[in-house]
Amino acid sequence: MSERKYTEDHEWVDLDGDIGTVGITDYAQEQLGDVVFVELPDVGKTLSKGDEAAVIESVKAAAEIYAPVDGEITEVNAALNGDPSLVNADAGGKGWFVKLRIADASALDGLMDEAGYTAFVDGLS
Amino acid sequence: MAIASGASAASLKSTPLNALHKELGARMVPFAGYEMPVQYPAGIIAEHSHTRTAAGLFDVSHMGQAVLRGDDPAAAFERLVPGDITGLAPGAMRYTLLLNEAGGIIDDLIVTRPGESGTEGQIYLVVNAASKDADFAHISKQLAGSATLERADDRALLALQGPQAAAVLARLAPASGDLVFMRAAAMTIDGVDCFVSRAGYTGEDGFEISLPGDAAEGFARRLLTEPEVAPVGLGARDSLRLEAGLCLYGHDIDTTTTPVEAALIWAIAKARHEAGGFPGADVILEQIANGAARRRVGLLPEGRAPVREGAVICDHDGNEIGRVTSGGHSPILERPIAMGYVATPFAEPGTQVQVSLRGRTLAMTIAAMPFVEPKYYRGN
Repeated sequence: MSERKYTEDHEWVDLDGDIGTVGITDYAQEQLGDVVFVELPDVGKTLSKGDEAAVIESVKAAAEIYAPVDGEITEVNAALNGDPSLVNADAGGKGWFVKLRIADASALDGLMDEAGYTAFVDGLS
Repeated sequence: MAIASGASAASLKSTPLNALHKELGARMVPFAGYEMPVQYPAGIIAEHSHTRTAAGLFDVSHMGQAVLRGDDPAAAFERLVPGDITGLAPGAMRYTLLLNEAGGIIDDLIVTRPGESGTEGQIYLVVNAASKDADFAHISKQLAGSATLERADDRALLALQGPQAAAVLARLAPASGDLVFMRAAAMTIDGVDCFVSRAGYTGEDGFEISLPGDAAEGFARRLLTEPEVAPVGLGARDSLRLEAGLCLYGHDIDTTTTPVEAALIWAIAKARHEAGGFPGADVILEQIANGAARRRVGLLPEGRAPVREGAVICDHDGNEIGRVTSGGHSPILERPIAMGYVATPFAEPGTQVQVSLRGRTLAMTIAAMPFVEPKYYRGN
């Protein structure tokens, strides 16, 4: 698996072959607070970079998860339907949202690596 | 994911507990012109549950406190509100509504007639933070010549709420145990002159404690040393009041809603159903007699997705019949709950309605409120 990449919208993506797993960062889940509901897309849906991939509802508000690159949904994390708090407990692992088949892996080159994302978040406060 | 950035704190006011909130790890947000804690590290659901099972400590110092003085301030104030204020016994308090001439609600507030000797000719008011400047200006202007409003901006206000609140406060102030729901008294606690009322905004038994601002941080630290007490932010305050079916001013009630539409007829004194004598009485008494076109109701959306303020409520044919005014997740019921206004024919509990959420149609059921039974202490 290649190195984890990050977007400025606080998504992360892990690439394994041509399949990218997408989640939100620990910083993002902390900002959201307690997650109470996640609306996941249909498998087979084709997304362009920046399209809404999922909706996440915390106690306070709704937030959208955007597709970090173009791709087709191959799997969603059904465990979030039963236990949306997985997003809070393990945002970088069990709290993943969707898997995407990514046609052009080079699209990930424009995203940040972990050091870049950490610096980006530090610059926000 | 888009994250709203916090507004600059530069222009915000702070309460006397601001430094303590930050020390406790609170996330601070702008609210009603103040920098306030929306949650602490425990999180909104944990803080909510703690308040329902133990005792939560809330900083509500942003709210407006004032004393109205005059020969008969209760009689004067009664001209502005539909409640029975002259009939308040010493030490008793009441929820009431500042009304405009159209019967719209300018604010909701608590009025207390203090019972201590030397407080004759005074009533004590607590109004919403966002409305306080306008409220106090309105009251001063309307009552000029008969009563004088004195703002108590130097005082803090803490709420201690939950089933263990009484046991905690009795340890520090045994006299607090003599109060029942909607009664208040002055008492010295830990050397601080406090005015303690048995009331709140959570549906739980509990207290609100008015005290000098410069004593508030030490007092809050003292309460937080009690094992049952944890700090609770505005996020859980909102979810608690929604479960309790209580209105949030500016959302569930405002100048466009009347007390009849808002299902707050109980806040209109019985005698005044006939006598009137309050702003907007012609509109409101007509609505009491003949009904209003819409009513505030509880709403239970199907499924798990929260339905938020502003969502359009429709009948089965898709015709708009109302709007959601507050909505969110109930940590106790572990499901979405909401309140809003619907056309009166749809207001009966059990009626099925619909709401559109992100392009899908969800069923909702009109529900009686409160969603969670209140646990007010009315004496043994």
